[in-house]
Amino acid sequence: MLSIVLTAVVALLGLALVFGILLGFAAVRFKVEGNPIVDQIDSLLPQTQCGQCGHPGCRPYAEGIAAGEAINKCPPGGEVTIQALADLLDVEAPSLDAEHGEEKPKTVAVIREDECIGCTKCIQACPIDAILGSAKHMHTVIASECTGCDLCVEPCPVDCIDMVPVDKGLAAWHWEAPKPLNIIATDSASYHGADAV
Amino acid sequence: MSDFALILVSTILVNNFVLVQFLGLCPFMGVSNKLETAMGMGLATTFVLTLSSLCSYLAFNYLLQPLGLEYLQTITFILVIAFVVQFTEMVVRKTSPVLYRVLGIFLPLITTNCAVLGVALLNIKKQNGFMESILYGFGAAVGFSMVLILFSAMRERIAVADVPTPFKGSAIGMITAGLMSLAFMGFTGLVNI
Repeated sequence: MLSIVLTAVVALLGLALVFGILLGFAAVRFKVEGNPIVDQIDSLLPQTQCGQCGHPGCRPYAEGIAAGEAINKCPPGGEVTIQALADLLDVEAPSLDAEHGEEKPKTVAVIREDECIGCTKCIQACPIDAILGSAKHMHTVIASECTGCDLCVEPCPVDCIDMVPVDKGLAAWHWEAPKPLNIIATDSASYHGADAV
Repeated sequence: MSDFALILVSTILVNNFVLVQFLGLCPFMGVSNKLETAMGMGLATTFVLTLSSLCSYLAFNYLLQPLGLEYLQTITFILVIAFVVQFTEMVVRKTSPVLYRVLGIFLPLITTNCAVLGVALLNIKKQNGFMESILYGFGAAVGFSMVLILFSAMRERIAVADVPTPFKGSAIGMITAGLMSLAFMGFTGLVNI
């Protein structure tokens, strides 16, 4: 009698042990670093870090989306990003939520350098450290790093930061403006230069 | 060979697990609101059911029977199924995050899908061999997936149809399931397995 019970218990325990070892092995072998869906969402967001969605950056918003937040809160990404997110998450693509801003062409910040007083306020505002400069020295924007998030415009005390649209894609392409021809000799800079001498 | 084909026809159409044997009704009603989810659930169930009927066959014939522990089959099969589901979840999570997200809570719920345990127990009751067990599980899962996908396609249409207010939602779903079941009863007697 006892041996029957013992056999049953040992057999079940053995089975459970084997399965436990296999699952433990699988947990190591198929380990998932972080949440892969967050990485995928994050790679679709425009990485402007502008905070217009209400999150402090793109990664927190990606985590928010993964937790079920609406996908139409990103004005810099616009309809293209919403569509890509909808495809990834297999949901309907809503139109952009106007509450968080409207879609604008991509811009970069440009500091009018002769007006800059060197207050460093824009440097503190920039989420991606794309502004160079130090106190009481002129600042400038690294154009290739700037995401066009507008966050530096507001703090500038002398309003010397312009958001300049950058050409991007087919929609923004246009013919080059014709170069002015120097038909009249007195119009040219070299003529005036020569005159001054 | 024709035996194997008969098993497939029997499990998919004649003795369909959902509509004729009424097993696995919970996911049938729960996951059939969207076609994509139904497909994901069908795929996951097919994988789990085939694998678990194989594993439970092995567990029964090489562990329980030699030790004379046939009376432990139910608890053993539950253990086997839980293991297979957990394993599948880990693999799916690693290989396809989107499918993992689509399946969500339903993947762990396959553990409690009575069709899975039903197949394992029926395999023993029918004294199916190794290949027959696998085919029986696979056929049951294909039948389950097919019915689930058909049903979800219908429910997507019903969702936008002009249904009388008292029948809206689950009620019309139940009626549709009943009508589908009646239709599948028409296969009765086609194959005697």
